[in-house]
Amino acid sequence: MSTDNTLLSIRDLTLYFNTQKGPVQAVDGVFFDLGYKEAVVILGESGCGKSSLAKALLRLLPRNVSRYDGKVFLEGENIMEMDEEQYRQNVRWVRMSLVPQAAMNSLNPVLKVGEQVAEPMIIHHGVKKEEALNQAAKMFQHVGVPVDFLDRYAFELSGGMRQRVAIAMSLVTAPAVVILDEPTSALDVLTQANIFNVLKRLKKELEVSFVLITHDIATSSELADRVAVMYAGQIVEVSDAHRFFHEPLHPYSRMLMASVPRLRANQEPEYITGQPPSLLNPPTGCRFAARCPKRFAKCSEEPPVVNVDGIQVKCWLYSN
Amino acid sequence: MNSIRKFFIELFQYPSAAIGMIFIIGLIIFSIYVVIALPYNEAISLWRGDENTWYKTPRTAQPKWVNWFRQEDLPETFSFNSADQQDTKTEEFSNGTNKILISFPFEYNSELFPQEVSLYFKSQYTAKQPFVNVKLITPDGRTINLNSFSIGRTYTYRLSQDQKLQRKFFGISPEKGIFVDPTVNADSLELLKAVPGTYELIVEGVAFEEGSSLDAELIVYGHVYGWAGTDHRRRDISIALMWGAPVALTFGLLSALGTTITTMIIAAVGTWYGGWIDEVIQRITEVNLILPFLSILIMIGTFYSKSLWVMLIAVIALSIFGGAIKGFRAIFLQIKEAPYVEAARAYGASNWRIIMQYLVPRIVPLLIPQLVILIPANVFLEASLNIINLGDPVLPTWGKLIQNGVGNGALTQGYYYWVLEPAFVLLLTGLSFAMVGFSMDRIFNPRLRGV
Amino acid sequence: MTDTNREVLLSIDDLHVWFELRRFGFGHAGYVKAVDGVTFNLHYGETIAIVGESGCGKTSLMKTILGLNTPTRGKIMFEDKNVGELTGEALRDYRSKIGYVQQDPFGALAPFMNVQRILEEPLVINGIKDPAERERRVRKVMEEVKLTPADDFLHKFPHMLSGGQQQRIVIARAIILEPKLVVADEPVSMLDASVRVEILKLLRGLQEKYRLAVIYITHDLSTVRYFSERVFVMYAGNVVEKAPVTSLVHTPRHPYTVALMDATSDPDADNALRYRELPGGEPPSLVNPPSGCRFHPRCPKRIENLCEVEEPQEFQVDEHLVACWLYK
Repeated sequence: MSTDNTLLSIRDLTLYFNTQKGPVQAVDGVFFDLGYKEAVVILGESGCGKSSLAKALLRLLPRNVSRYDGKVFLEGENIMEMDEEQYRQNVRWVRMSLVPQAAMNSLNPVLKVGEQVAEPMIIHHGVKKEEALNQAAKMFQHVGVPVDFLDRYAFELSGGMRQRVAIAMSLVTAPAVVILDEPTSALDVLTQANIFNVLKRLKKELEVSFVLITHDIATSSELADRVAVMYAGQIVEVSDAHRFFHEPLHPYSRMLMASVPRLRANQEPEYITGQPPSLLNPPTGCRFAARCPKRFAKCSEEPPVVNVDGIQVKCWLYSN
Repeated sequence: MNSIRKFFIELFQYPSAAIGMIFIIGLIIFSIYVVIALPYNEAISLWRGDENTWYKTPRTAQPKWVNWFRQEDLPETFSFNSADQQDTKTEEFSNGTNKILISFPFEYNSELFPQEVSLYFKSQYTAKQPFVNVKLITPDGRTINLNSFSIGRTYTYRLSQDQKLQRKFFGISPEKGIFVDPTVNADSLELLKAVPGTYELIVEGVAFEEGSSLDAELIVYGHVYGWAGTDHRRRDISIALMWGAPVALTFGLLSALGTTITTMIIAAVGTWYGGWIDEVIQRITEVNLILPFLSILIMIGTFYSKSLWVMLIAVIALSIFGGAIKGFRAIFLQIKEAPYVEAARAYGASNWRIIMQYLVPRIVPLLIPQLVILIPANVFLEASLNIINLGDPVLPTWGKLIQNGVGNGALTQGYYYWVLEPAFVLLLTGLSFAMVGFSMDRIFNPRLRGV
Repeated sequence: MTDTNREVLLSIDDLHVWFELRRFGFGHAGYVKAVDGVTFNLHYGETIAIVGESGCGKTSLMKTILGLNTPTRGKIMFEDKNVGELTGEALRDYRSKIGYVQQDPFGALAPFMNVQRILEEPLVINGIKDPAERERRVRKVMEEVKLTPADDFLHKFPHMLSGGQQQRIVIARAIILEPKLVVADEPVSMLDASVRVEILKLLRGLQEKYRLAVIYITHDLSTVRYFSERVFVMYAGNVVEKAPVTSLVHTPRHPYTVALMDATSDPDADNALRYRELPGGEPPSLVNPPSGCRFHPRCPKRIENLCEVEEPQEFQVDEHLVACWLYK
């Protein structure tokens, strides 16, 4: 990917937490790039650190952080060097926003949804309430919520509608990047598909880029331009969506792909034996080695990130 | 067992909990010791004892340790008994009449006066009372004739109340007068000082019958006594301070256990069955909540009994349907919907089993801190009942001490120790339980974890 | 196709499960018609899947079969006994013949019991008093769900286990009383992709080994074909299509089934390049469902003056039973 088309570029992003049992290496040297009008999927199973990655990107950190460093370039500017006030004024919810996990259940129950969507506008752009509500109404049209829902309360809306409202809220300040943390995991199949239709349309119409964090491989293909696979706090493969869904490279990606039950193909799914390592005390070398059918002696050393025709794989198999 | 050990290890991570726990354990050991060392009956008879039991102690004397903070030590009490000490007494016999000489030489080494000086006589005779003459030899060699009188089988001569003697000392009360150097002219009574030195009190007695005998006991009452001091009835406050501990713990623990456990089970039953059972429990609770708790206790105390155990039962009965039921109900309503409860129904668990084995254990972690915090609350309640005169008439307790002290002018006359000592142990008990309780809450309550 | 010679284990006839809505705690305010006229037979050793979105009544149907809800109308016959008439001992006996695997494995296990206690509970409740016998059965069932060596797990509490291990314990508990029927309510939807398949295969292995009848309840069509013989698709309290699984995924008949399939993704990069054709709107309220066919307001193939008027009966199309006027 050429650098001038890069909107968001992440290098060595690291986030550790202090716990009673020791430091948890939730995000460990994460890297990926995201272009304009693109969507990158961060694919990983529960406990791989993908939600911590969202927190690290938006600097929504809990108190027990023990290490937080790396480089995050947003339109060429390293936002990790900003102090909190600059970050708040220039990045969070201005150029980068978030649809948090279970966002539809985190709407304020005593505020009309229109006002909630308008709120970030009032805070970050200092616009008048009326203008902000107009903007909110526009956003409602974009995400497919009837405009007369502006005056309703969250409990009067269905789950799908509430999720759309949460998406509208993340978009109202016209950010360049929206991070979606499991945006459809609690929704029904039809609603889920509808939300993905909306997201696809938004990507085109609003020229927004998405970071989609999910564990659901099948639905992630609905939006993905690029795929980054996360395992035990690390990125193991960053690939182009077409090549990834056709044939992933990293053994973990392959096995993950093979575990997906398919509706339209007669292919028996396979599972991965064993469990991911604890982030408290991850093994040295490749973190997947213990479960990997292709492991060999080298795997006890930290694998390099190898570039295979533009696909980055963190695996000894591809290094010569 | 393992989890209990883990719990204590975790608990002791909090310094406040560790300190509180040490105090509680100390209090429990102390209570057990008290009950063994000073059995109930003995303690009660001591506490109910009159002047005969307590004649040897001074009235409202401060604890001894106040001397640590004073430049000039307050004098202590001392006494001599001719019956114990043979060398103080000489007897002469001549044709049926005994002449008995009792001599109490004593060292007085304080410039402060004693509180009182008294002589207690005992004699044996058939018809004729013995007659005594009491005099004092001061360190400078003066002899002061104090009084002479005939005595019955027992007789108490209170020097301090001898009006004649007081006139002799020009109005200075006799327990002071005898220690004053008459050559020193003091401007006011407050400036008078006792002269330290060796005094000798002499009792010259005459018994008129064969076989008749006479003994005397001299008590010079000081201003300090024991580690806790004494009250207006000369009783040693330490008895009530000591016995207050087991009483407070028992009351606190029984009432806290009695209320929380029954409340929890009632809440669980109501929530599980729902419907009219729940309705009835809710309505009873609401009515109970507006009943005037204290007034009912006062009525029971006035018209029925003030016994600690009656009060305990009343407190439990009135608290069972208390506000806690609503709190428990809210939690049980959540647990009731838990999938594991549904699973238990699916594999055939009975209602009672679900309540006792599936709902209740879930709430125990939340219950324990609440219980621990409720213990001191009920200890305070018991103390408060004493203060409004609803205390147990027999048992010595901390609250009773405070009530006695306040009622007898401890605070207006400067006997602060009388009120402050029980207040301090109450505070210490409350604080210990509270410190442990709050730390437990942090451990058990997931919402407070890591805060 | 279902072997019709097999004996019927569970027979459900015109089952209605309605919940009364109350206004201010007393006044009647209508019914939630969660299950509204469901009929089917389940044979010994047969697996069926009930597929539908949340609020379609599949959970209420399952709970009624488990004896946790009482039917408003209709009958459930289990081994020729009317479940609605069972009480006390007989009801407990009935419940012990059905295993129950829940959706959320962590919630399904009492957090304060260790694995041994969790697995012993059904045995204790169903009168197995000998501790040695109980332990033998606990160890046997742990072997069945491949939690070995059992000693590594017996004294652990649920929070010390991974999601997959927790779900194995739930399955072990479901089969420890040697039931004839296992009801699995979204048993894998809360698990990670790599574990999901493992659990499904475990369940299928047990099903084959003990000829268990299984009712698999799910919203995810893509797992259905690896698990069940027949699929029932539910919408708004009704079963709209019953079909053998392979036939259903290749030629769905009911417009709602078609929509469900269209909305289900397979991992394919081309998905991102096109919009999916989906029916608009949302599932109806179960208090006041639409007249006629309940799917008609969202149906792209609606027949005017018919679908909104008259409730469709079941029509036989090939091996499918479809409740849709298109197949009259």
